[in-house]
Amino acid sequence: MNLRAFVSRFGYLIGLIAVIAIFAVLTGAPERYLSPHNLRVIFAQTVTVAISAIGMTMIVVSGGIDLSVGSTIALSGVVTAVGLRDGWSPMLAVMMGLVTGAIVGVVNALSITRLKVIPFIATLGMLGAARGAAKWMGDEKTVDIPATWVNEIAVTVPIVPWLVFAPGVWIAAILAVVTAVVLRRTVFGRHLFAVGSNEAAARSCGISPERMKMWIYGIAGVFFGLSGVAQMSRLRQGDPTVAIGTELDVIAAVVIGGASLSGGEGSIGGAMVGALIMAFLRNGSQQMGWPTYVQETMIGVIIVLAVAVDRVRARARAQG
Amino acid sequence: MTNATQAVLTLEGIAKSFGPTRALDGVDLALRPGEVHALVGENGAGKSTLMNVIAGALRPDAGRVLLDGKPVSLGNASDARNAGIALIHQELSLFPHLTVAENILMGFETARAGWLDAEANRARAMRVMERFSHPAIAPNRRVGDLPVAAQQIVEICRALAGKTRVLLMDEPTSSLERKDVQRLFELITSLRQEGLAVVYISHFLEEIRTICDRFTVLRDGKSVGGGLVADNTDDAIVSLMVGRKVDELFPSRAGRSPGKVVLSVDKLSCPPMVQEVSLQLRAGQVLGIAGIVGSGRTETVRALMGLLPSKGAVSIAEQPAATTGFLPARRQSQGLGYLSEDRKREGLALSMSIADNMSLSNFGSLARAGFVDLQRQADSARSFIGSLSVRTAGPAQRVGALSGGNQQKVALARLLQQDAAVLLLDEPTRGVDIGSKVHLYQAIDDATRRGKAVLVISSYLPELFGLCDQLAVMCRGRLSETRPTEQWTPESVMAVATGAAADKGNAA
Repeated sequence: MNLRAFVSRFGYLIGLIAVIAIFAVLTGAPERYLSPHNLRVIFAQTVTVAISAIGMTMIVVSGGIDLSVGSTIALSGVVTAVGLRDGWSPMLAVMMGLVTGAIVGVVNALSITRLKVIPFIATLGMLGAARGAAKWMGDEKTVDIPATWVNEIAVTVPIVPWLVFAPGVWIAAILAVVTAVVLRRTVFGRHLFAVGSNEAAARSCGISPERMKMWIYGIAGVFFGLSGVAQMSRLRQGDPTVAIGTELDVIAAVVIGGASLSGGEGSIGGAMVGALIMAFLRNGSQQMGWPTYVQETMIGVIIVLAVAVDRVRARARAQG
Repeated sequence: MTNATQAVLTLEGIAKSFGPTRALDGVDLALRPGEVHALVGENGAGKSTLMNVIAGALRPDAGRVLLDGKPVSLGNASDARNAGIALIHQELSLFPHLTVAENILMGFETARAGWLDAEANRARAMRVMERFSHPAIAPNRRVGDLPVAAQQIVEICRALAGKTRVLLMDEPTSSLERKDVQRLFELITSLRQEGLAVVYISHFLEEIRTICDRFTVLRDGKSVGGGLVADNTDDAIVSLMVGRKVDELFPSRAGRSPGKVVLSVDKLSCPPMVQEVSLQLRAGQVLGIAGIVGSGRTETVRALMGLLPSKGAVSIAEQPAATTGFLPARRQSQGLGYLSEDRKREGLALSMSIADNMSLSNFGSLARAGFVDLQRQADSARSFIGSLSVRTAGPAQRVGALSGGNQQKVALARLLQQDAAVLLLDEPTRGVDIGSKVHLYQAIDDATRRGKAVLVISSYLPELFGLCDQLAVMCRGRLSETRPTEQWTPESVMAVATGAAADKGNAA
């Protein structure tokens, strides 16, 4: 692989290294910015967005979008919390959280494929509906939960020391690797790219875009549900008002990682790096003592820059 | 009709309606193994609908499809593919983000329990690609990065990847270069020898003569005739298509009276595509520019129109200021009207109405104090619909809903409504059926006789010879001298266009 191909393939990774390096210098204390403890904090904070970004990558590559992620996270978290409160086994409660996410995804896919509502609008509607359902389930209050192993999923310091990072971090990493391989190496993955690249052509090749979307939104929903469980675990309560606007962080991670909102392009690895870039940036700004508006502005600029650089690369490749 | 070979595919009384429109209304067709069967007809005659029925993309309302004499039901695209029927679309239907190999095998990859067998797939893709080797196509290249001609070839390869017995080709040469057309014909010939049956749709009768054995004519959704290509003259086939005698495709040029020079171009350059092009255009005259695709013809008119930056002197009408560097809006007010070769992207606003499209260049003439007079706009549109024979429900219909030929009439009507003194027409009849061509030629002739100056770019030589008073030929950015059409022959045009006239000896 020559240098240009390397840069074009791992450009986003270079971005992440640059962000880390800049803050390591700026804070004047790289040993603290990159200390095991701070890394644990950053990774544990990223779990929710990272797991959702896996599902969102599948949706965006297939040419769709999901704006209901934040609400789905809240709803799944509340469902799990209610289950735990009512004395279900922790495993069952977590499963119900995941199933909730899957149901939301399938309902989204049904409005897209049956009612022919474009994904943006279908999931915008779900953003409201799922949030409402979460508040109804939680009686408009937070749901307190008894202490079980579920509480340990996303802690900063795991109780099993040899894990080093929270179990949720490892779950996210494993799911990212598995999904990346599935997208590259299976017929399902190939067809997912095909639907996003040219839906009409996919249909004429005997692929059913409708059936694919049911699976894609359904599976992505499971990821969003898992994010909800992780979020609840970190807060140690089911909060129906949590994760408002998280979908935008998730979409930002996917897009910084090189995905195209018009479909056919994107990678799980890129989305994970995108999520980490934002996490390191936020954490670095906090360490610097900068006000939140500085972080917000910087993240906004980075999103636009990342996509602009991507366009330049695409044009260079088209001409080369 | 009795014949020794049994038909591989038979259609009986196929009918298909979209709402009130009867797209197909009783089509019969018998396709024998080892034959190339031309399907001809005007745009809107139902050819593409019929292809989609055979390929399983549309279900017929009535009629039967028989494969080897047995009725089959083709519910979707994969049914048809499994039955050995493959369709090559007119509009490319590829996956631009995926590689050539991935595109070729899409929908029937080799896999074990859902996991792709990379090695087997690569070998299969290579085997297909060997049939149509092309220097630009490597299996790992992204299809979106390939030139259009190469993409067309990928599409053809995909159709051959399965166990294909019936190959449907819907205008497969529309974006191919000459030598690729030659390659395609060689491939079709070898497929025919292997016993494949090919349905070949084309607007070019020359192509049909070269490659097809038999033909069937569709008109208004019905099969109205057919036979051996060799037994029928071009005129006979065209008459069947348009449903009336076509004495002459082109209006007579006799009696045109050229007037003053209204457009004078001196050494117009827009490197590297246009180099020192000079020409003069008179009122009441049609000037044709021939040349191969990519020779700089399109760039020349785009530069004239101010759509590309250029150097040189351009004087319009009697305005003495011979300048370049004007914006298109200024050019338009000086009396230039431009018809793009890319109807869908530049020529029309597909989602807007016919009336709006016709008045887009000149809303001013139909407005009072900034408000469009809708009554006047509709009346004006109706008069153009009448004079150009646009087949439509009315001025309020969306242009996107029209057939290609009728869309092109609307695009031309915009320049006529604008009342441009100089009409720059880039491929005015590309992808248009013969019936609509006749109407377009008539409209161009009418405008010329009303004193308009017309410049026509075309890749279709008979059109240039039929329509133009003067011809010039473009080759690698340079324009030959302008001569009366009578002093050119198709051979001499091609010699200049291919550069053979300029560098003899080098060509061989």
